[in-house]
Amino acid sequence: MDAARAFLRHPSGMVGLVVLLVVVVIALIAPIVFPVSPWEMVSAPFTPPGEDGLLLGGDTLGRDVAAGVAYGARVSLVIGIASAMAAMVIGVTIGAISGYFGGKVDLVLMRVTELFQTIPAFVLAILLVATFNPSLLTIILTIGAVSWPPLARLTRAEFLRLRNREFVEAALCQGEGTLQIVLGHILPNAISPILVVTSLTVATAILLESALSFMGLGDPNLMSWGFMIGAGRTVIRNAWWMSVFPGLAILITVLAINLFGEGLSDVLNPRVSRRRS
Amino acid sequence: MNRREFTQAMLAAGAAIPFGITRAAGQTRGGTLNTIIQPEPPLLVTAFNQQQPTLTLGGKIYESLLKYGADLKPMPGMAQSWEISPDGLTYTFKLFPNITFHDGKPMTSEDVVFSCMKVLTETHPRARQNFARVASAEAPDPLTVVFKLKQPFAPFLGCFDCTSAPIVPKHVYEGTDYRKNPLNDKAIGTGPFKLKEWVRGSHVHLVRHEGYYLKDQPYLDEIIYRIIPDSASRALALENGTVQLAQWTDVEFFDVQRFKAQKNLEVTTKGYEYFAPHQWLEMNNRIAPMNDKRFRQAVMHLIDRDALAKRVYFGSAKVATGPISSKTKFYDGKVKRYDYSIDKAKALLDEMGLKPDTNGKRAEIKYIVPPYGESYQRAGEFFRQSFARVGIDLVLVGTDMAGWAEKVGNWDYEMTQNLLYQLGDPALGVSRTYVSSNIKKGILFSNTEGYSNPEVDRLFDEAAVTLDEAKRLELYSKVQQILVEDVPVAWTLELEYPIIYDKAFKNIVSTGIGSHETFGSVYKS
Repeated sequence: MDAARAFLRHPSGMVGLVVLLVVVVIALIAPIVFPVSPWEMVSAPFTPPGEDGLLLGGDTLGRDVAAGVAYGARVSLVIGIASAMAAMVIGVTIGAISGYFGGKVDLVLMRVTELFQTIPAFVLAILLVATFNPSLLTIILTIGAVSWPPLARLTRAEFLRLRNREFVEAALCQGEGTLQIVLGHILPNAISPILVVTSLTVATAILLESALSFMGLGDPNLMSWGFMIGAGRTVIRNAWWMSVFPGLAILITVLAINLFGEGLSDVLNPRVSRRRS
Repeated sequence: MNRREFTQAMLAAGAAIPFGITRAAGQTRGGTLNTIIQPEPPLLVTAFNQQQPTLTLGGKIYESLLKYGADLKPMPGMAQSWEISPDGLTYTFKLFPNITFHDGKPMTSEDVVFSCMKVLTETHPRARQNFARVASAEAPDPLTVVFKLKQPFAPFLGCFDCTSAPIVPKHVYEGTDYRKNPLNDKAIGTGPFKLKEWVRGSHVHLVRHEGYYLKDQPYLDEIIYRIIPDSASRALALENGTVQLAQWTDVEFFDVQRFKAQKNLEVTTKGYEYFAPHQWLEMNNRIAPMNDKRFRQAVMHLIDRDALAKRVYFGSAKVATGPISSKTKFYDGKVKRYDYSIDKAKALLDEMGLKPDTNGKRAEIKYIVPPYGESYQRAGEFFRQSFARVGIDLVLVGTDMAGWAEKVGNWDYEMTQNLLYQLGDPALGVSRTYVSSNIKKGILFSNTEGYSNPEVDRLFDEAAVTLDEAKRLELYSKVQQILVEDVPVAWTLELEYPIIYDKAFKNIVSTGIGSHETFGSVYKS
């Protein structure tokens, strides 16, 4: 509760939260505001913004860019959140095992993590998506698979810090099982930095998805921001609005998530943030 | 500079002026043509692969006996003259003397016979159909080729352009596995240009074939085909002069208008007469629901083809009425018309029992997007929207060029878009898509959809061997009516591709083959 109250007083964090909520609302009400599919050709090709009832203009086929941006919010948020969750599940599991058990298990798991860290995330993502046909599920799993190493390392560090604390030893003395100690005692105390990093992972996941779609490696059946920019890029001289508006949408959303994540970090780790300022 | 030197310089300049004028009147030697190839072809041997980029590039390397003007009349190629016997069974070609392959060995009538009768009949789907009609091919002397047909074949003289009957060297291929021959990488032909180097992903460099048989040709020193996968970069390269020629789908349709305004460039839609590119939505007739005629008719009704021409092709296209293009001989427009009507499409689907489920969905069909550029992607999206209006989910699947060829050739697809050349005569470019004798697994641009109708087979076969034009017209009219009723594939548009080139280059479009032509006569002024 204290944290929530502190967050309310955090100016940039609140700006991030409010903007993020607006994006979520746009995603939710997209089908109400734009009852026609964003793929539907509703106007002449290359209708400029404001003409023909299209607020943000029309694209090559005369599809409504505004509808595309609104529906794209759904795709970006779903993929961003789902793949950040996937990354969190993988990363926290590996980090927790590594940090709690230590020794050889730690050694092996950390070498594997380093292996993933040495391969550029985007290159690996392209490889994975191209190997498995691009679809919503494969894209989420791919982004999850390339984004987990920082979470694993963070979780491991937190577990190393906490595993020898008195309350853990007390639980051990009481005969509690490993799983219960990890989930019931250590994880709750390690959760705040993990949440902060996960929220920032959402932002990078959105960027990754956009980059993949831009390269034509997204799900061709999903209207996403990256796809819109990719489709608009070749005609940027005829129709700047086709790439600019989805580009702004990505910029605003990713910025909002970052502001929110940093606000969260300041509130949850006051000592760290005080040292920083 | 002293006075004497000055006088000499003036004299030299004076001499140079009239010399320059006479040179300008004729074709000048030298110069480099930079152009575009996209997507990168899998190989350059046109005898083994007939996808558009292969033909554009391979057309410079491999020649054939004839060329065809914009009116589709035959002109000399490697054959300087030809004779047809009165019964229409014997064709005698006289070759130009001194033709050599790029490896220096002479090209003789033996190579022609070997290419047509041995290689192409195995590796080239449409050449196979043509040369299957030959009873015997002989080389009585090194400069004479005689084809004796089993029965008359009306368009036989139309089978010898550089894309339909490329001549390959017998001494390289005889007794080998043609497709796996290691010299395929060298692409040895007789054309005016030979392969110097092919840097994968970057460019293909062609240089002058010094031993070319026509005097002074080729005029250009070299042609560089640059591989530019991105359409915006291609348009930019053409605009700033990095490349001086773009053909087929190099420039996206929405950009064509822009280039018409650029002063140093010429934009023409000529040079496609022989091909008359005919486009359709291809449906695998073996698989439900596409195996039902009513479904395919419904597809014809649910695509607004006028809108497709306007939105995706920006007017560079005309609505197709049936299997034969309006630019090709024996076209008959008096056939059943499928107007754009969602209601008619729905009625047909209901009638065949393909009813919507509780979510309003009737079927889910996978559509492979051909990897030939943005217009194909947009067309796929256009089709998906069209199908969605009647409750059919078209799921777009992306692939690369080899993947597309492999899937379609092996019938491992549900729907895709396809584009075939008409080659001037229905017996050459149309029947191959519909006759059951051309259902050949693994071969692209054959009857891949698997349509089979004995009556259609009979009519196409009869029309091909009939020499009387009026009788042929009658047979082709009949076959067009049957096909338009059966809808083996959903014909969409007759495309009108542009050729855009720098005006400094002359003779770029000199025949009905356009940019696939050999370019021996192209020169820079």
